[in-house]
Amino acid sequence: MDGLKPINLSPRGSDTAHSLAWGLIAAAALIVGIVVGSRGLKDFDPALISYAGATVFSAFGLGYRYAMWLRRPPTRLYWFRGWQIFLIPKRLPGNIARLVRIFWNNVVLQRFIERRSKTRWTAHWFLAWGCLIAAAVTFPLSFGWIRFETAADNQQIYRAFVFGIHVASFPLDSIMAPLAFNILDICAVMVLIGVFVAMWRRGRDRGAMSVQQFSNDLLPLVLLFAISVTGLFLTASTHLMRGLYYVFLSQLHAVTVIFTLLYLPFGKFFHIFQRPAQLGIDFYKRAGEEGGQAQCIRCGQPFATQLQIGDLKAVQSALCIQYAMRDGTHYQDVCPACRRKNLALTQDALWRTPEAELQRFDRF
Amino acid sequence: MSERAFYIDYSRCIGCQSCVQACAECDTHRGVSLIHLETIQRRESVQTAPQVCMHCEDPICARVCPADAIKKTPDGVVQSSLKPRCIGCSNCVLACPFGVPRYQVEIDQMMKCDYCYDRTSVDKKPMCATVCPSGALTFATAEEIQRSRRGIAINSWKFGNEVVKTKVFVIVPREVERVNVELVQISPTPSALSDDPYDVALMLESVE
Ligand code: SF4
Ligand code: SF4
Repeated sequence: MDGLKPINLSPRGSDTAHSLAWGLIAAAALIVGIVVGSRGLKDFDPALISYAGATVFSAFGLGYRYAMWLRRPPTRLYWFRGWQIFLIPKRLPGNIARLVRIFWNNVVLQRFIERRSKTRWTAHWFLAWGCLIAAAVTFPLSFGWIRFETAADNQQIYRAFVFGIHVASFPLDSIMAPLAFNILDICAVMVLIGVFVAMWRRGRDRGAMSVQQFSNDLLPLVLLFAISVTGLFLTASTHLMRGLYYVFLSQLHAVTVIFTLLYLPFGKFFHIFQRPAQLGIDFYKRAGEEGGQAQCIRCGQPFATQLQIGDLKAVQSALCIQYAMRDGTHYQDVCPACRRKNLALTQDALWRTPEAELQRFDRF
Repeated sequence: MSERAFYIDYSRCIGCQSCVQACAECDTHRGVSLIHLETIQRRESVQTAPQVCMHCEDPICARVCPADAIKKTPDGVVQSSLKPRCIGCSNCVLACPFGVPRYQVEIDQMMKCDYCYDRTSVDKKPMCATVCPSGALTFATAEEIQRSRRGIAINSWKFGNEVVKTKVFVIVPREVERVNVELVQISPTPSALSDDPYDVALMLESVE
């Protein structure tokens, strides 16, 4: 690919100050969003303030961590290159069409996980969609962006408002009503299916068992389990037990949710925000293939795209990895197979000193 | 007695492929063999050499990874890519000085030798070192190596100006303190170049 502008891999200023600024911007943007979206807090439900507060903190953490992540030279390179390539005017229409397709396959269906293992995919698909749908409902609710109320003139009609604008009405005996009231329970069941399949896989896969860590691999499952179960208990308390322990249960539920929101930027859940960057790699690889192939200076065979090797060298110099060889060549221009062969030959050459040769003869 | 460590001695390899088979039985990546076994120069020599991950102290694979997908355990083992993170860009494959990581097309992710973490973390030998009959791959104590080998074991390398320290040791002559890697090109001797289309070495090359 010609004509791509070089990317500044060592931006000035302190990483921490820069990331703190982005964290604050993210938190501030959310606060403004909440105030404006709830019509000056008119639609904001004060009972949900602890949820909204934890989300603001979470937004700060996510902004901070994402900005910090983008300070790393390789991440920076791919992120900005991905956009550069995506936005080339000539390619844009094709790129958008392709983005829709890979979004459908990778995000909606998550096919790439299915190829790793069917069990992993089942667990992940239920967990991901249970959480995403629940988030799409609860976040706007806690921000006061959507609200429901019964129509003033008819107790049997329910009305939904988004940003204070009336968008839909449905009668209480329609199909929409139970769906709207129970959507979170449906999500909770989806999440529980995911948690059980994931636990079952982790309990059987000896490889997973040897490398898994509690804080990174099990804690997220425990948290999702706790949120779902306490959420379902709330429904059970309302409908089956005439509100028994409702206050205690709702506090317990809030604690699990708030803890998860605070954990969001730091633990495994951060991959939800990190992962979409993969979509950019697809465009990068395709653009690279249209350009030339880099040939190994040892065997002469093509082994990667010129675009990637050039970019990798830039990343390496930003990281102070010094692969320039004494003879003027660059170690990055040697293909991985030749590197392996070369190592064996290097070790062999170490043994072939004149003294060693003499010693060898001495033994006869 | 000191703890056991991993030693590699390329020149001892006899190309029997035992390690390749055993690697595929490792529990952390069952069914996929991740060790490399190179034929150095098919037409010239029968020499082969294995390559496992050397578990660098400051792994270049992890430094060039945009997704932060390669992590080191507290005991210094550089793990295979974290599945939720790896985006299959191949930076690590191309940058590792030892040519270790593999890009697995089917899953669009990188996988690499992880020191048989399920085994070594409970003080069992890695699969490849368990089956290697020639001692090219050995998991032993420093005393055992001292007793049984002519050279010494070192773990310092230099590629260009880049100094790399590894958890895995290589056996070299006593006077060597660091392996300075330069490009070694063996140009085939004309007599070894056969133009016979039925030359076995030639046919094998085209298979590769
Ligand atoms: S040998 Fe290569 S793959 Fe292994 S830790 Fe070092 S850089 Fe990473
Ligand atoms: S292939 Fe995966 S592990 Fe390797 S550098 Fe790319 S994202 Fe990181």
